[in-house]
Amino acid sequence: PCAGPVESKNEAAMSELVPEPRQKPAVPMKPMGINANLLGYIGIDTIIEQMRKKTMKTGFDFNIMVVGQSGLGKSTLVNTLFKSQVSRKSSGWNREEKIPKTVEIKAIGHVIEEGGVKMKLTVIDTPGFGDQINNENCWEPIEKYINEQYEKFLKEEVNIARKKRIPDTRVHCCLYFISPTGHSLRPLDLEFMKHLSKVVNIIPVIAKADTMTLEEKIEFKQRVRKELEVNGIEFYPQKEFDEDLEDKTENDKIRQESMPFAVVGSDKEYQVNGKRVLGRKTPWGIIEVENLTHCEFALLRDFVIRTHLQDLKEVTHNIHYETYRAKRLNDNGGLPPMTTETEESHESNL
Amino acid sequence: LLSFVFSCQFSDSAGYVGFANLPNQVHRKSVKKGFEFTLMVVGESGLGKSTLINSLFLTDLYPERYIPGAAEKIERTVQIEASTVEIEERGVKLRLTVVDTPGYGDAINSQDCFKTIIQYIDNQFERYLHDESGLNRRHIIDNRVHCCFYFISPFGHGLKPLDVEFMKALHGKVNIVPVIAKADTLTLKERERLKRRVLDEISEHGIRIYQLPDADSDEDEEFKEQTRASIPFAVIGSNQLIEVKGKKIRGRLYPWGVVEVENPEHNDFLKLRTMLVTHMQDLQEVTQDLHYENFRSERLKRTGK
Repeated sequence: PCAGPVESKNEAAMSELVPEPRQKPAVPMKPMGINANLLGYIGIDTIIEQMRKKTMKTGFDFNIMVVGQSGLGKSTLVNTLFKSQVSRKSSGWNREEKIPKTVEIKAIGHVIEEGGVKMKLTVIDTPGFGDQINNENCWEPIEKYINEQYEKFLKEEVNIARKKRIPDTRVHCCLYFISPTGHSLRPLDLEFMKHLSKVVNIIPVIAKADTMTLEEKIEFKQRVRKELEVNGIEFYPQKEFDEDLEDKTENDKIRQESMPFAVVGSDKEYQVNGKRVLGRKTPWGIIEVENLTHCEFALLRDFVIRTHLQDLKEVTHNIHYETYRAKRLNDNGGLPPMTTETEESHESNL
Repeated sequence: LLSFVFSCQFSDSAGYVGFANLPNQVHRKSVKKGFEFTLMVVGESGLGKSTLINSLFLTDLYPERYIPGAAEKIERTVQIEASTVEIEERGVKLRLTVVDTPGYGDAINSQDCFKTIIQYIDNQFERYLHDESGLNRRHIIDNRVHCCFYFISPFGHGLKPLDVEFMKALHGKVNIVPVIAKADTLTLKERERLKRRVLDEISEHGIRIYQLPDADSDEDEEFKEQTRASIPFAVIGSNQLIEVKGKKIRGRLYPWGVVEVENPEHNDFLKLRTMLVTHMQDLQEVTQDLHYENFRSERLKRTGK
């Protein structure tokens, strides 16, 4: 009998392994030493393939929130990121739609599939943010929404009879759009990021970056990075959550050089040098969205989707959610009356 | 302020009297005296206002500029800063005062941010009223704001609530010329849509922006129409010279091309500049005849003088 991996209820967690030396017939046995399982091939690494297959079958949730003043290209950018119309373009050119008087939270879900992998993508829009004359506390509805999703997850988790797979509506990533003034951050930017970086992963991006020349871009980014640092704002990837040296080196480079990503979005295609590219056509040239010499969209895309997608979810679950949970436990002296005993014996699924 | 009283009786039997020469005399006197013009510039920070002003007047009005960070801006209120520069061109002297309004629209709560501006404009009217009613009127200095460039963000979808409120509060006090700067952020289609949207919203809210007077007989009617049709002007400013086809021109160098400030196919900069310089006289007149007179009658009614 061999002990297979113990599967956790939560997709984001790592499984526990009970290793047991097995004989693989094809490989000749080497002389046995004490650390027998270091010689020869056991097959533990096949777990990666197993997890991959599992993920493909079940698919996964990803919830991304976009925050920023109206007109900064949020919807276009998200559509460009996921190469689909996942975010309805805001009021823009429709006269009937006006800027809402308070901040609204609009979540739209889509299932997109690529290479056999299904992603349930939810884009959470926040129209009205920063658009009023008086924007005091306009981040509160957003913070409230984020905490509500943690609460929802918590309630499900402490249930006696709980679902095999808890639906995850928690915000994994919050793209904050900075206006490309070329000067500095705006007071509202600071206030928002100060409050929200403690509850959610914030990835600041510089919107409509085609308004800046190369020098202006470099200078602005440096300035913004400095301001964030001086004001103690930790954006994702947060320094304190770097798991090992490899992470740290990779993330340091991203934190200190690449971020905030200066991006341009577009859903229109043009012909450039015989290729069809996503871009913006102006009288003085075509701005290619995926051209790294033009803007950093490709860096953002690779970062959020191709390299750090899983980590964004993990940090949300292991750090932000846990912080919320701990606070709730302490505040109420207990969880909502779903269960009474499981409080002490309740183990985190990690 | 240029004004002259022109009265005549044209008698059938009279020959050439010669007063037709008066405009020339006025002209000569004005040239000797020089012109004064006060231009106010209003808009959120980072919309390209200073760069545009420098480009318009081919000067550097802001040499030792300090740009505060966001944390500082939280505490700041709207300031009024006036810089004066003397520009001479072909013997004609212009004493240009540019009134800046740093801090406008920066705060999280911008509810009061145009009170300071309204106060400033009223103060200039007040001062003029006082001088005008005084005994010694030889050297009245006209510090009244003749024109206000209001900067609309090219990043939005049209007017913001703050834009609407400001223009509604100020259109009865100053000539408002709406400007869209950093226009190189827009494709041509986006530019047209934004302009149309802005004009629709202006008319929807009953905002009165500065209207170009009809073309005189010696002016190019078509050019005037074209200029009128371009409002609000979508402009680009630059303090840098780029070499294009062997010439050094003002522009912005991007990896995908060069934007030329003075290229009418790239933006409305030339139209804006031409409009401003050919209408300085009219802007002053409208300020005097409309805005100032409104202020004056309100003031006098109130004090019951």
